[in-house]
Amino acid sequence: MSLNMQKKLMLEVNKMKKIEAVIRPENLESVRVSLEKKGIVSMTVLEVQGRGRQKGVCLQWRAGEYCVEFLPKLRIDMVVPDDKLETAIEAITAVAKTGKNGDGKIFVYPVEEVVRVSTGERGKEAI
Amino acid sequence: MFSRYPYAFDGGMNMMKTNKLKKHLKYFLYAATLLAVLTGTVQAAEEPKIDTGDTAWMLISTALVMLMIPAVGLFYGGMVRKKNALSTIMFSFAILALISVQWVLVGYTLSFGSDVRGIIGNLEWLGLAGVGIVPNADYAATIPALVFMMFQGMFAIITVSLITGAFVERIKFSAFLVFSLLWATLVYDPIAHWVWGAGGWLRGMGALDFAGGTVVHVSAGAAALAFAIVIGARKGFGNQPMEPHNIPMTVLGAVLLWFGWFGFNAGSALGSNGLAASAFVATNTAAAAAALTWTLLSWYHKRPSVLGTATGAVVGLVAITPASGFVTPMAAIAIGAIAAVLSYYVMLLRMKSKIDESLDVFACHGVGGTWGAIATGIFATAAVNSAGSGLIDGNPGQVVIQIIAVAATGIFSFVATFILAKIIDAAIGLRVKDEEEAVGLDVAQHAEKAYA
Repeated sequence: MSLNMQKKLMLEVNKMKKIEAVIRPENLESVRVSLEKKGIVSMTVLEVQGRGRQKGVCLQWRAGEYCVEFLPKLRIDMVVPDDKLETAIEAITAVAKTGKNGDGKIFVYPVEEVVRVSTGERGKEAI
Repeated sequence: MFSRYPYAFDGGMNMMKTNKLKKHLKYFLYAATLLAVLTGTVQAAEEPKIDTGDTAWMLISTALVMLMIPAVGLFYGGMVRKKNALSTIMFSFAILALISVQWVLVGYTLSFGSDVRGIIGNLEWLGLAGVGIVPNADYAATIPALVFMMFQGMFAIITVSLITGAFVERIKFSAFLVFSLLWATLVYDPIAHWVWGAGGWLRGMGALDFAGGTVVHVSAGAAALAFAIVIGARKGFGNQPMEPHNIPMTVLGAVLLWFGWFGFNAGSALGSNGLAASAFVATNTAAAAAALTWTLLSWYHKRPSVLGTATGAVVGLVAITPASGFVTPMAAIAIGAIAAVLSYYVMLLRMKSKIDESLDVFACHGVGGTWGAIATGIFATAAVNSAGSGLIDGNPGQVVIQIIAVAATGIFSFVATFILAKIIDAAIGLRVKDEEEAVGLDVAQHAEKAYA
């Protein structure tokens, strides 16, 4: 079996996805609660800066203003089994959406492997 | 036998001796007074006598002004980027150390020593020789000369520290030290002599400057503008955001400045008296009026700005400085409010001009000080202080004198600073290397970080 085929097989077997959700910082708690209600508790939160279509924002200097091109955001990283992917996405968008520019984005990637360090468990068991 | 209390060691003997001595002393004093009256000498009355109330207030005022110096560091430090926070705070702290020594060595005698052609003091008090407890009646007849010297020393120090806002985030520390020392000696000391020194030419003309509108603020503002032009803009100025990294720090600096300014202005009465009270009230009122005005201006343009309110307070304090001992509280409101409007729009103009006078020392101190000095010529009234009458008292000529004082100090400071900065640039270079500027002066110049 070629290495590529091995990888493909592993993805089929493991069936996990990584979600990177960029959200407004003020929505973190409501997103956390919303996910927890659906039984998703494990996540990593990163403070990030970024920009989208809205670009930056202008703030006040002593007189006049200055503009910053990157806005503070939070990124939630988590891994879920494939069957929970849609639930997770819905849980996030339900509370993170204001309908305006700057609500953020959600990126989804396939995951090859997960290892729980404390026990050595692998795959879905380790999420 | 030993006692726990040393004064009881000798039993009653000591007490008796003291009483006897006191009695003798009393007779001696009677005799001396009689002799003085008989011989007709009134020399004793002319000898300057230290007033304890005045001295206490002036010692406190001196300490209050000292607090303003690190406060300038905090005020400026909050407005620079994180990577230059320590460097900016260090400027004021280093100047406190450097100019304290310069002042006792040469600064005081150059500023207040016996007059040489109205331009500078002589070197009679080099190293404070002859400056002691006996008051100097030319300046402050009721406090020790040493107290007057130290009070004035704090003014010299803070003036130099005000300029640092012009060159933050890009100056070499060595060049900064050389400049500060030379500027204090060659620019500040002469100007202080012109306006405050006995025999100084502007003082002789009748220019009114209660606490340093021209000496401190106009001179620092003009110097900052000249220096900023010579050193050039920060890398990325105008196309990268230069975000104030800690506005609470700036607010703390502004509050400490406001607090210290009571010593600066009310202390300039050089006594614990009604004039000090009047200056105190004018100071607080002008600061408040200017802070309020700036808040409304920023609100009109966008939102009520915290950085703007803090800036407004400082500008109001600057403007009332020359006027504080000559004007009523109502005039103080006008002086503060107008100062805020002028400074606000000059700041906007400065930003459009692309001159990176980074923390607007000119717009705050140059403009505030100029307006304050001219306003002194307008609002000074003999009802507050018999030493000064302005336009409202029917003395329009005072306004002209004030304008001459502003122009003389401003132009001299600008030109001298420009030349001084050029010479230092040619000799040792003013700026850090580009890569050091990118990393920030904290790490590049001090090998330290403000926030680990």
